[in-house]
Amino acid sequence: MKKLIYMDNAATTPTKQEVLDEMLPYFNVRYGNPSSIYSLGSHSRTAVEISREAIANTINAKAREIFFTAGGTEADNWALKGVAYANRDKGNHIITSKIEHQGILHTCGYLEKQGFKVTYLDVDEYGVIDLEQLEESITDETILISIMFANNEIGTIQPIKEVGRIAKEKNIYFHTDAVQAIGHIKVDVDELNIDMLSMAAHKFYGPKGIGALYIRQGVKIDPLIIGGGQERNRRAGTENVPGIVGMGKAIELAYEDLNEKNKRLIYLRERLVKGIFDNIDHVRLNGHPTKRLPNNVNICFEFIEGESLLLSLDMEGIAGSSGSACTSGTLEPSHVLLGIGLPHEIAHGSLRLSLGDYNTEDEVDYVVEKLTDIVARLRAMSPLYEQAKEVR
Amino acid sequence: MYSEKVMEHFHNPRNVGEIEDADGIGEVGNPRCGDIMKMYLKIEDDIIVDVKFKTFGCGSAIASSSMATELIKGKTIEEAMNITNKAVAKALDGLPPIKMHCSVLAEQAIKSALLDYSKKNGVHIEGLENFDPTEDAHDHH
Repeated sequence: MKKLIYMDNAATTPTKQEVLDEMLPYFNVRYGNPSSIYSLGSHSRTAVEISREAIANTINAKAREIFFTAGGTEADNWALKGVAYANRDKGNHIITSKIEHQGILHTCGYLEKQGFKVTYLDVDEYGVIDLEQLEESITDETILISIMFANNEIGTIQPIKEVGRIAKEKNIYFHTDAVQAIGHIKVDVDELNIDMLSMAAHKFYGPKGIGALYIRQGVKIDPLIIGGGQERNRRAGTENVPGIVGMGKAIELAYEDLNEKNKRLIYLRERLVKGIFDNIDHVRLNGHPTKRLPNNVNICFEFIEGESLLLSLDMEGIAGSSGSACTSGTLEPSHVLLGIGLPHEIAHGSLRLSLGDYNTEDEVDYVVEKLTDIVARLRAMSPLYEQAKEVR
Repeated sequence: MYSEKVMEHFHNPRNVGEIEDADGIGEVGNPRCGDIMKMYLKIEDDIIVDVKFKTFGCGSAIASSSMATELIKGKTIEEAMNITNKAVAKALDGLPPIKMHCSVLAEQAIKSALLDYSKKNGVHIEGLENFDPTEDAHDHH
């Protein structure tokens, strides 16, 4: 088999060896339950608290404001449902955006069925929300604003500081799904006035199945998972100790030399985009040209369909993803690409390549070369390309 | 997710291209839905002597087009009319349920090209009376 070129780091990342090494003893050597009083248990408790401290430090929070969850989606569910149910007496209105992750959108859909009202803010052609529309949408009933930090598909970074300022002025809770941002860009919850923040370890070289919700002290929120008294009575269930240990190590590593790592990723990103634009016509970059994640490239190739592009890339040992309907199990292309105003036929031809610490310049050049061939091959088969040539 | 046969036809599709002086051309699908198939037929004495296709679509749409052309090449019009979407899917060793509409599209592309041939040449083709080439293949899940 060909060497795999993995450019789907926004989907998940490999667990770093150093992270795995830290985790392994907690499966079969230090396997105690953190709630047990004997020393085997208290070793686990200590490990959990060290990780919590590390996570809190990276976002300028207090350790007691970090609550472990089974991942980003649970954190999103908790923030939305927990605040909605706990603040029903104050109001029933939530504001979010049209391009959120399903963890937010589908939870909002569920809450609407429970009688809550949800406003879905529009985004501009780059995927940025309109702050004026946000302010205009706020009513006396608004209890929560949930805006993602950075978009998982197109990488656009939202004006989080401004949203935080507006939320604070109006005394409304502000949650951000920062699953794509944590571990990749510096986040300070105080500076940005964030009340709740979701994160997931597997997006920054930690293990899958572990995440956290930051909850600012004083936020009124109901628990989502009810049972034992873990996580200070707010998230029941025996702690995923190996996962928590791995998450703590991963976040430390992620923020070591972050600026240097991001400089390198931005260089690779720009090289990839330039390579594609120099070699292939009828392409468009999705997302904001500069206010975007350092590792995200999202491009539409007109006249071809995304799934056939992914299958062809896979044959060359390249892993990427697409917002094409044919990869999502539905017949609609990505709500994010439609949200930024792309017509259906163009949204079908999208490709997301998300770079990571292990990608190299040679890999970027190889991908450009193979993409050029694949796009030419698929376009030669496409009746739309032929029609477009006739029009010109 | 796909059978080896689908992947093989996707990577080495048969009969890709156009026929300049085609006797029948059919185009079905919709770019909005992410798939368009265009089929060209050359017909002599009721026999499909040549067939080519162009497809915008996912892997299974391209494989279904390719397989459909293989199934009708050298066949009589009557035989081609009897090719169903299920026959196309079966010849590909199956398609995932969500992709069955690709095989429907292939069947429609054949019929649409035959309809064009029948109109151009004033010949009646049994079974095309109620065929609607604009019917949405996605309803056939």
